[in-house]
Amino acid sequence: MSFNIAVVSGKGGTGKTTISVQLALFLSQKEKRKVRLIDCDVEEPNDGLFFPDKKKIESKTIYQSIAEIDINKCRFCRDCVTYCNYNAIVVIPRVKFAQVEKTLCHSCGACIVACRHNAINEIPEPIGLVNSYQINSRLSLMEGELKIGSPMQTMLIKALKKEASNQKSIMIHDAPPGTSCSVVETLSDAQVVIVVTEPTPFGLHDLKLTAELLRDMNKPFGVIVNKAGLGNNELFKYLEEEKIPLIDSIPFSKEIAAKYASGELLNKLDEKMISLFSIWWNQLKETEAK
Amino acid sequence: MREITVLSGKGGTGKTTVTAALGTLAKNTVFCDNDVDASNLHLIFQPEHIEKGVYLGGWSSTLHTEKCNHCGICILHCQFDAIHTNEKGQFYINKFQCEGCRLCERICPMHAITSKQSDNNEWYISKTRFGSIVHAHMGPGEENSGKLVTLVRKKAKEQAELSEAEWIINDGPPGIGCATISSLSGVNAVLIVAEPTQSGLHDVERLVKLAQSFDTPVFAIINKYDLHQGQTKLLQTYFQKEEIPVLALLPFDEAMVESMVAGQTITEFAPLSMISLELKKAWQELDKLVPHRKT
Repeated sequence: MSFNIAVVSGKGGTGKTTISVQLALFLSQKEKRKVRLIDCDVEEPNDGLFFPDKKKIESKTIYQSIAEIDINKCRFCRDCVTYCNYNAIVVIPRVKFAQVEKTLCHSCGACIVACRHNAINEIPEPIGLVNSYQINSRLSLMEGELKIGSPMQTMLIKALKKEASNQKSIMIHDAPPGTSCSVVETLSDAQVVIVVTEPTPFGLHDLKLTAELLRDMNKPFGVIVNKAGLGNNELFKYLEEEKIPLIDSIPFSKEIAAKYASGELLNKLDEKMISLFSIWWNQLKETEAK
Repeated sequence: MREITVLSGKGGTGKTTVTAALGTLAKNTVFCDNDVDASNLHLIFQPEHIEKGVYLGGWSSTLHTEKCNHCGICILHCQFDAIHTNEKGQFYINKFQCEGCRLCERICPMHAITSKQSDNNEWYISKTRFGSIVHAHMGPGEENSGKLVTLVRKKAKEQAELSEAEWIINDGPPGIGCATISSLSGVNAVLIVAEPTQSGLHDVERLVKLAQSFDTPVFAIINKYDLHQGQTKLLQTYFQKEEIPVLALLPFDEAMVESMVAGQTITEFAPLSMISLELKKAWQELDKLVPHRKT
């Protein structure tokens, strides 16, 4: 049965990728489940770096349909300009000029509906790739790779999720940092969310924003505090006051940081992570059974 | 007046800590927090708001069930699959999926759909112990962060012109998407804060390609360089190949986090630490090297 988990953070660099990769290893190796890891940080996808032996199955170009005005059919009536809510179209009747600004077009199709002269066509514009890899018989990886210079990260995440949807697997969505629309898209159909944070003032500030978003979206979530020992206790106090479940905390260690740097840490399932995820996963299964 | 943006590609490499330190080092500067999505610079700068305003963000549409005749034209036209049927058979718009194009509103024969712009975003012009800062608070889940970045940068420029500032320093967002594009277009230079990890290098490569597509000069600082000498070497080799000057190597130091907890910049908290000395040197270099020509 498919099950959707999203790993988010608010602040960048707290350990989303570490947790996502370790969770994928835990569920596929210890729980013997079919797992698909989906790297939704399409601006900077990193999950794949930690699987040097991965086998590439497919690389598919994702296109956005950009409106294009046929200047021979256009009557310069500006109806399309009125309909376009993204200010992406410029029409200057006096000089018979009509053009769509590619980087502002959201492919909503409004201008095409507006045009009475059949003067607007859609042309495909690449926004990035969706890459699929097989790690082993139980674990697969899919990632979005935004074309450099494209501002359409959220559209690519949407396409990635469509391509990656798999009824037979547990899906783990590794989110981009922040709390804006690309994060919303990543976790829109998650059944449960893991927030990875660090006990510093920046970590706490961004955790509060993330918690606000998750409550607004009605998503059940728990928190993993990474790099515990750095910073202070304010974040733990906040979790207690807000009755937000703390899944576990992982102490900061320079050795772990150095291992992460080289990519070694994530190659194999960490002992500490096994116990961390076992408790969490068993509780999750119990609640599901109820 | 020169303008630089501090960027990193990967999140959490130390952009804001470095930008904050420049607060102590750069004189006659207007600061601007371009990470509108999860802004942190104000936690160190502790700004006092002088002026604020509401930024009207993305649109979103609402379907009024009592007027709807279930013709389904809206569902047919919505390119974002945002319109669904609830358990009572009524249509509704999922506000998290709606991209605010307003096509459904315009084509609904029953006029059952209305739209409004989000007012859940604020911008501020504030006074700090380092001069003025322009920053914003974006409501969680909001769209159009790129446009909000453009707005705060415009306000920062006005401030800088008013006060005849020498510098605008932007604390940038992570990634290379719409917010990053908005934060680096037209600046004199980009300052990259990189960390010596496999992901750090990969992300820097993508960011440098983006900056190069804008013909923007790039400078770099390597943070926590002693966490992994091998990865630091790889970063240095890469920067050398791209002719990007590395202005400082900052060692890992828990004082970095302690200064954050104390609400101070690292240069205030530990002025004689290796990090502070390296940053001072880096700033002098930047002052010399950043061209006066805008890209």
